[in-house]
Amino acid sequence: MELNARIPAGPLEQKWDRHKFDLKLVSPANKRKYSVIVVGSGLAGASAAASLGELGYQVRCFCFQDSPRRAHSIAAQGGINASKNYQNDGDSVYRLFYDTIKGGDFRAREANVYRLAQVSTDIIDQCVAQGVPFAREYGGLLSNRSFGGAQVSRTFYARGQTGQQLLLGAYSALERQIAAGSVTMVPRTEMLDLIVTDGRATGIVTRDLVTGAIESHLADAVILATGGYGNVFYLSTNARGCNVSATYRAYKRGAAFANPCYTQIHPTCIPMSGDYQSKLTLMSESLRNDGRVWVPKTPGDKRTPADIPEAERDYYLERKYPSFGNLSPRDIASRAAKEACDEGRGVGETGLGVYLDFADAIKRLGEPKIRERYGNLFDMYERITGENPYRLPMRIFPAVHYTMGGLWVDYNLMSTIPGLFVLGEANFSDHGANRLGASALMQGLADGYFVIPYTIGNYLAQVKPGAGPAAIAGAAATVAEVTERTRRLLSVNGGRSVDSFHRELGKIMWDHCGMERSAEGLRAAIDLIPGLRAEFWSSVRVLGQGEEMNQSLEKAGRVADFLEFGELMCRDALHRDESCGGHFRTEYQTPDGEAKRDDEGFCYVAAWEYQGDTKTPVMHQERLQFDNVKLATRSYK
Amino acid sequence: MSAPSVPAAGPAGSWLVRFYASTIGRKVVMAATGIVLVGFITIHMIGNLLVHRGAAAMNGYAALLQSYPALVWGTRAVVLVALVFHVHAALTLSRRARAARPERYAKLRPQVSTLAARLMRIGGLLLATFVVFHILHFTTGTILPSLFVKGEPYENVVRSFSVVWVALFYLVSMAALALHLHHGIWSMFQTLGANHPNVNGVRLRLAWFISVFIPLGFVSIPLGVLFGLVR
Amino acid sequence: MKITLRVWRQAGPTAAGRFETYQADAVSPEMSFLEMMDVVNEDLIAKGTEPVAFDHDCREGICGSCAMVIDGIPHGPHKATTTCQLHMRSFHDGDTITVEPFRARAFPVLRDLSVDRSAFDRIIQAGGFVSIATGNAPDANAVPVPKDLADRAMDAAQCIGCGACVAACPNASAMLFTAAKVSHLGLLPQGQPERYRRALAMVGRMDLEGFGGCTNFGECSEACPKEIGVWTIARMNADFLKASATTRPESQGGDGA
Ligand SMILES: Cc1cc2nc3c(=O)[nH]c(=O)nc-3n(C[C@H](O)[C@H](O)[C@H](O)COP(=O)(O)OP(=O)(O)OC[C@H]3O[C@@H](n4cnc5c(N)ncnc54)[C@H](O)[C@@H]3O)c2cc1C
Ligand code: HEM
Ligand code: HEM
Ligand code: SF4
Ligand code: F3S
Ligand code: FES
Repeated sequence: MELNARIPAGPLEQKWDRHKFDLKLVSPANKRKYSVIVVGSGLAGASAAASLGELGYQVRCFCFQDSPRRAHSIAAQGGINASKNYQNDGDSVYRLFYDTIKGGDFRAREANVYRLAQVSTDIIDQCVAQGVPFAREYGGLLSNRSFGGAQVSRTFYARGQTGQQLLLGAYSALERQIAAGSVTMVPRTEMLDLIVTDGRATGIVTRDLVTGAIESHLADAVILATGGYGNVFYLSTNARGCNVSATYRAYKRGAAFANPCYTQIHPTCIPMSGDYQSKLTLMSESLRNDGRVWVPKTPGDKRTPADIPEAERDYYLERKYPSFGNLSPRDIASRAAKEACDEGRGVGETGLGVYLDFADAIKRLGEPKIRERYGNLFDMYERITGENPYRLPMRIFPAVHYTMGGLWVDYNLMSTIPGLFVLGEANFSDHGANRLGASALMQGLADGYFVIPYTIGNYLAQVKPGAGPAAIAGAAATVAEVTERTRRLLSVNGGRSVDSFHRELGKIMWDHCGMERSAEGLRAAIDLIPGLRAEFWSSVRVLGQGEEMNQSLEKAGRVADFLEFGELMCRDALHRDESCGGHFRTEYQTPDGEAKRDDEGFCYVAAWEYQGDTKTPVMHQERLQFDNVKLATRSYK
Repeated sequence: MSAPSVPAAGPAGSWLVRFYASTIGRKVVMAATGIVLVGFITIHMIGNLLVHRGAAAMNGYAALLQSYPALVWGTRAVVLVALVFHVHAALTLSRRARAARPERYAKLRPQVSTLAARLMRIGGLLLATFVVFHILHFTTGTILPSLFVKGEPYENVVRSFSVVWVALFYLVSMAALALHLHHGIWSMFQTLGANHPNVNGVRLRLAWFISVFIPLGFVSIPLGVLFGLVR
Repeated sequence: MKITLRVWRQAGPTAAGRFETYQADAVSPEMSFLEMMDVVNEDLIAKGTEPVAFDHDCREGICGSCAMVIDGIPHGPHKATTTCQLHMRSFHDGDTITVEPFRARAFPVLRDLSVDRSAFDRIIQAGGFVSIATGNAPDANAVPVPKDLADRAMDAAQCIGCGACVAACPNASAMLFTAAKVSHLGLLPQGQPERYRRALAMVGRMDLEGFGGCTNFGECSEACPKEIGVWTIARMNADFLKASATTRPESQGGDGA
């Protein structure tokens, strides 16, 4: 397998424009002859499906929820970045590009990131025209906030529901095309495999989640926009349905999986309260602007926060990182919290939590001001915990939030399987080893609205429309395989529920492949997972039939894939003998606990190629070239 | 290349047909006819208060009205048409609402809807029966002919309400009217699109005012007769 | 806490449904209602009974998937809260809780507590959008939008499409859902060109789907997890009235193509 990133020649600023001109076009008359499958209706999928429908392609869009509007993008809170420089505070395409490269700890492609920064401004225009009600000033112009420690205010937002409003915008564009007949929407349908014919992606196999029917769908190109795989940890801020199945199935059909170990942990989530916990809820990072993080100085101190005098509190972020203090970056804040808890100084029932205290802010600014700033977040916290954060300090703990890794794609967002394109969180492209706040929404919409409509035409222009006999035969074979797998899941009939396996896998991943990783921990995980997988296939219990709505069966299929994918993640984490961004290896840190990159050894994208269930996958390297920025080390001291 | 925009929808036919075919259109017709009906009974109530001024005043007023057949028949026509549409809309919308939930809840706990709102339909039907009874009673004298003499509304009223069950029936009907108006008036504004922080106060006060004073005015008559103030 | 559940079980859209009673003995007040349902399902599986099917995804009150009538109130007793954000501390030890699907002809039951809400998507398809193709947009600040308009548009735009309004309405009316979208787009300059066509088209579709009419009960807004106000309904009524009275037949000019 060779990894050709197809990065256009020429100066950074001109690459995309030149490339757009060089791309082959499909004539308007011919477009309707080509059919495209879009799996996913989140920001990336919905925007792609709508835009391709507008262009005249025959589009079929799939999602597992009952409506495309429920894709997980709906949950994004904070905002979306764009280099509009409306605030006249010195932002620019180049600055957004540089911040994103640096934020990604120099593990992303310059050309992709620069393009992202370029189209970011078009995204805001598009969304406003769709009627997205972004926050505004009294003058009627758009308002911005600074997000995730950025030095400029470039984040556009709609209260605490930016993702919702952006997705509803893309969803409305999608529904408009559905009404026009250019897009066929297929909800409550899960992709279970990819159909590959003569090395090209020619369709997918799906299960209808209502009737259970397993069917094939053929097309001239397939787009995966199926989101992130954070749920491999069982507990994460992701929705329950988020899964790796679509991308992992593609991986097993020959698509390279890039940097699977890059995981982002978010420092401010509501801690878990018991082992029945089904998901973790994110609290916007903005809270750290006014809240002070602390734990008791003495381990095992179970006194109520009020009874712990100032002198016996450890404001560890302010202590360790005097200049950034409570605003230190996500990964640093997360690790510091874990340390405190490992030392037995964690708070709350489970001891897995630290205080985020607003007492001083309330003294300084008064409760009304705090309510005005964070009212909805405080209400959410109280609804979930039953505690009033105006009186008691909040309890927070880090949680898995975003996965930078994903299927490897070239500059055209095409995977190593010709005809298979990957957009949004499902690909690995733009965030390197760590994603900046408010950049995922930007990337999803950039991919769907402004990149794929150009690059897919270039591919389609080179293939004949319509499925040949080979594709039809391939479809039948793949359907048979999927049907067999489903039958196996139903026929094990053991004694353990699917969730119990998922929980156990999550624990292994969190302990050994979470915030801190070590060679020996990762080896342990790589030994444990196959055993758990074997037990799954011998003793999982999935009741009911395949030909009906069967939610246990859906879960079982997803967990089965996580059980294989988790191992791949650990292998990737084990091979990367450095610390960078979201990947922290205890062996590779500076004396004061900072991540230590190894740019000579590891300045590359690790793309894994499947070799069969019994063989270990092969790792291919795409060397990263930095012609415009010089590699620097972060310091937040 | 397909560039759809919002399509013009709804069944064919003139805009009025399409309008009345829609749930909102039907509701607006109810509101409009409701206004007519409220207007009528307001005047009717005021006119009827003449009962307290004695036979001469009341009968004189009636006679005066009767001397303008055009006015009388005009009013009758308008009120009748209004009633017909009002009731038709009410019945069809009610049927539609029932059809919209074929399987009932084992348990549904209303949180905010007022009693008045929930009694709108039954109350309406009671009003319907009342109006029919009422016309056969006071206008044509078809029922209880023994109590009826054409052209003597005052005596008719006094004679009738001396019969306790007749008086009671009127009292109950006026109670229904009060409830119906209470939700009706408030609802009417919403239906016609008037819901604004600056008018909602007025809306509520108006609903209270009309739904209290009109029925009060009416009941003063049977009560007056029962307690022998009007004889 | 010990909780007794009366849960609606229905094998499929055409099958007859009935209530089954289940005991949940190890309920923690910290659990969300859905986590309690998870626990119940876990021991149903252990007992060899098929678990209760219900829709859910984000579990943080924004995707609009979760939908149950809990003790006679859609999304349960806690105001402005979805089923997934409702916590067991809102109940008492020993309570018996009745759990039913959202019931409306336009929301056929698929299985147990899971219903088909695709009628909502079709209402949006009828006109719940601004007709703007990708790449056509003017600069985002080209058209200033008064803050109060933007804020009210946002109030209406927060609808998560859960269907609780329909479930709570004694007429099973979809007015609040439809009005929320008509108001969101109708308030913004970007929505003006199609404002009146939109009102006609969306109301037309809403009626076609077999929802009931609105008699201004106000239960919808009370059950709405996003507290969408009934002012949106008044607004839609006004737009619909104006649209019906003023829209002319299409010009037959064609586009000159
Ligand atoms: C709580 C939270 C808050 C966030 N806040 C922000 C923020 O403030 N700013 C920001 O920039 N980013 C934020 N993010 C990240 C961002 O929301 C996501 O990365 C982004 O929305 C992903 O969009 P997507 O289109 O790639 O995938 P998704 O929105 O996850 O969509 C995935 C789609 O694929 C479908 N799908 C998945 N698997 C299958 C399958 N097997 N078969 C069929 N269909 C399938 C699903 O139905 C869904 O439609 C946040 C994330 C979370 C979890
Ligand atoms: C105590 C209450 C009422 C009294 C005493 C009363 C009295 C009368 C009388 C005496 C007449 C006959 C007038 C005539 O033909 O000379 C009449 C007619 C009528 N009343 Fe009433 N009325 C009462 C309440 C109502 C109410 C509540 C309504 C409507 C909801 C109503 C609707 C009518 C109508 C439609 C007519 C026929 C008018 C006509 O013949 O043109 N009345 N009423
Ligand atoms: C005669 C039989 C009648 C029936 C069956 C009837 C029934 C109804 C019903 C079902 C409604 C709808 C309730 C709602 O929208 O919440 C209604 C509304 C109303 N009714 Fe009646 N009604 C009758 C008579 C009257 C009379 C006599 C009056 C006036 C005195 C009246 C005034 C109103 C008003 C003002 C409304 C409000 C319309 C709206 O909500 O937009 N009705 N009626
Ligand atoms: S209006 Fe409220 S209740 Fe109705 S669908 Fe929208 S969010 Fe749900
Ligand atoms: S409850 Fe129903 S009647 Fe109207 S106001 Fe709400 S839709
Ligand atoms: S599960 Fe998403 S709103 Fe409840």
